[in-house]
Amino acid sequence: MTLDPVLLSRLQWGWVISWHILLPAFTVGLASYIAVLEGLYLVTGEEIWFRISGFWTRIFAVSFGMGVVSGIIMPFQFGTNWSRFTDTAADVISPLLAYEGLMAFFLEASFLGVLLFGRRLVPPWAHFFAAAMVAFGTLLSSFWILATNSWMQTPQGYKIVDGRFEPVDWMAIVFSPSFPYRFLHNVNAFYITTAFVVLGVGAWLLRRGRAMEDARMMMRMALDLLILLVPLQIFLGDQHGLNTLEYQPAKVAAIEGRYDTAQPAPLTLFGIPDDAAATMHAAIEIPYLGSLVLTHSLNGAIKGLKEWPADQRPPVGPPFFAFRVMVGIGVIMLLVVIVGQVLQLRGRLWDSIWFLRLCQLTGPLGFVAVIAGWITTEVGRQPWTVYGVLRTADSVSPSLTGANVAWSLAFYIVVYLIMFPTGIAFMAGLVRRGPQQPDLEAPVSQIESGRPHEPFDSAARAAPQL
Amino acid sequence: MGLDLVPLWTILLGLAVFYYVVFDGFDLGVGMLYGLVRGDAARATVMNSIAPVWDGNETWLIFGGLGLLAAFPLAFAIIIPAVYFPILMMLLALVFRGVAFEFRFKHPALRTFWDTAFCGGSLVATFAQGVVLGTFIQGFNVDGRHFVGTSFDWLALFPLAIGLALMFGYGLLGACWLVLKTEGELQDWARRAAAICLVAVLAAIAAVSIWTPLAHPEIARRWFSWPNIAFLSPVPIVTALIALGEWEALRRRHELTPFLGAIALFLMSFIGIAISLWPMIVPYRYTLWEAASAESTQAFLLIGTLFLLPVILMYTAWSYWVFRGKVHATAGYH
Repeated sequence: MTLDPVLLSRLQWGWVISWHILLPAFTVGLASYIAVLEGLYLVTGEEIWFRISGFWTRIFAVSFGMGVVSGIIMPFQFGTNWSRFTDTAADVISPLLAYEGLMAFFLEASFLGVLLFGRRLVPPWAHFFAAAMVAFGTLLSSFWILATNSWMQTPQGYKIVDGRFEPVDWMAIVFSPSFPYRFLHNVNAFYITTAFVVLGVGAWLLRRGRAMEDARMMMRMALDLLILLVPLQIFLGDQHGLNTLEYQPAKVAAIEGRYDTAQPAPLTLFGIPDDAAATMHAAIEIPYLGSLVLTHSLNGAIKGLKEWPADQRPPVGPPFFAFRVMVGIGVIMLLVVIVGQVLQLRGRLWDSIWFLRLCQLTGPLGFVAVIAGWITTEVGRQPWTVYGVLRTADSVSPSLTGANVAWSLAFYIVVYLIMFPTGIAFMAGLVRRGPQQPDLEAPVSQIESGRPHEPFDSAARAAPQL
Repeated sequence: MGLDLVPLWTILLGLAVFYYVVFDGFDLGVGMLYGLVRGDAARATVMNSIAPVWDGNETWLIFGGLGLLAAFPLAFAIIIPAVYFPILMMLLALVFRGVAFEFRFKHPALRTFWDTAFCGGSLVATFAQGVVLGTFIQGFNVDGRHFVGTSFDWLALFPLAIGLALMFGYGLLGACWLVLKTEGELQDWARRAAAICLVAVLAAIAAVSIWTPLAHPEIARRWFSWPNIAFLSPVPIVTALIALGEWEALRRRHELTPFLGAIALFLMSFIGIAISLWPMIVPYRYTLWEAASAESTQAFLLIGTLFLLPVILMYTAWSYWVFRGKVHATAGYH
């Protein structure tokens, strides 16, 4: 069997980006949460905000560090494995990536040091400012990287000169048709993911009778945010889907598992796709619902994949199943949040053990939904890197052999399988330690130059005393 | 428009790469020296001296990479595949080293593992960066717009030697940083380490200065033809003077001067390489102008860069100011 550098490079990209995206999925929301907590502490001076913020900041530090190191890997992939794509598209996409670095990474990296280590070294308002800047940085980062991805999905504002993309209109490039939907849908997904983790961790602490006051506050804050964001996400997802139908109908056909054009189109709940035969086996369908969901009318037409030549169709399996996972999780999340609100209104939230247990179980669901959504949109846009213009197969570095990529992929797999489980275990340990009382008695000499023995121990998190 | 932005981008990218080399250089150097430091308290001090800043320093690697991609995409598309494995080694080493900052506090049992990861990661990353630099000076096998060599062209004597040399170079920066940030026995130790690294660095500079003109006639012509030799002779002379000053500063137990001297040595080496290779960005095939991105691309990014770079430098300076002064491991350590 010969090793295919294109397939292996795709697997490698999928491997490193899937792990990486878990971290922004968590840190984008967590940074904003910490900024809010720091703001509340600055205004009220109440210790509860300080304890909760300290607790999550320790966890944030670990996940952010992992996000940085796994993120540095990403831009280099463009060069190592996708140099032909780089040579063809760099004039258009590279400033967007560079702006992410300029605006977001420096902001985050510089102010993170102050957020983690600077509690006693800077005035309280400056510490809050650092937290806010870190949060703002994560949002800027999402903005630019999703602008890049959106341009690759729905390219515009360029002309092709000598087989290479050249920029014509920067506003059109940055704000490509799918960008507003993708950006809002993603950032909202990140916020929801974080809120579900906070909800789950709060429930866990509560069931163990640890830091009860803090845990209740976490759960209340999470539930109140989620009752707004989860319904909003369903609306945003629907809008994003309509946008995809307009600009990437083949992707929608794959998501729907629709090989044959239909009017009206049923909704395929489940089936076993067979790309070679271009049919859906054992399909379970609901009449009219496909048209209703996608075109918002009972009689709308949905194009099937057979409308495209075989070499321009995405594979159906991954987007079809991943989309159903994502939507299924959305429904579960909505139910959890509604039940939580009802229990809260009835004053039964804290003694409904089954609900606390449910919150723990659903805590990590956001991550699964994010990965599923990512697979849906990325496999669904195949076989293109720049949609409709540049093929994935024509994007890979010409000098690479299959064996080269097999080796590098093996290294990435080994290293990530060491790093990520360790990091997750480390964060679980921080959760088990729970929120700490600020240690106001900590000797000042211990943090003399702002660098305590352990970066995030409670002494360093003590209230500003100097 | 018709304004040639290539010189400006060359300067900006040069500054970014130099900034990265100096700042991540010293913290990679500190990482390598960490493996040689004995005692928990001293080790904690060494690590704490870079804990609040390493992440910001490493960000310049992304900026350097993305700057090259944006301003000279053809160079990025040719050079990076050519150093596929050194880049892979560097990235994975940086992963290990980065997470070690957090993970080594977890279990005493695993601390040895993460200590090794921190030190080994710093070492491999440095070596790999040296190999990339060496491969760059060695030149690339290019056909049209693509690298057509093998993924192992870097596996040659010169790139490997540069990898080794850079380990001493970053070691020098790291040791001088420790002289600045520590005191007592640890500082004395750092001073001795700096002296050893300095000797090795000077030997490496001399070796490269002889090796490259011998290997590349065009570099020999650049330096030794008349009247270039008259204009360029200050470069080796100033380098020698800085080296003498550095030695004296270490001997006289200065605290800040050795670090500045080490930076100056790097600057002279940087200038030396730039003179040798000018105006090539893909040695010895494509010039800066041939590899440049569209004017509109360079202009679009330049607007933001000129505005943001001073802001970045300002808040970077602020975060260094916040963490100024000597570092201590714990209350009890002196």
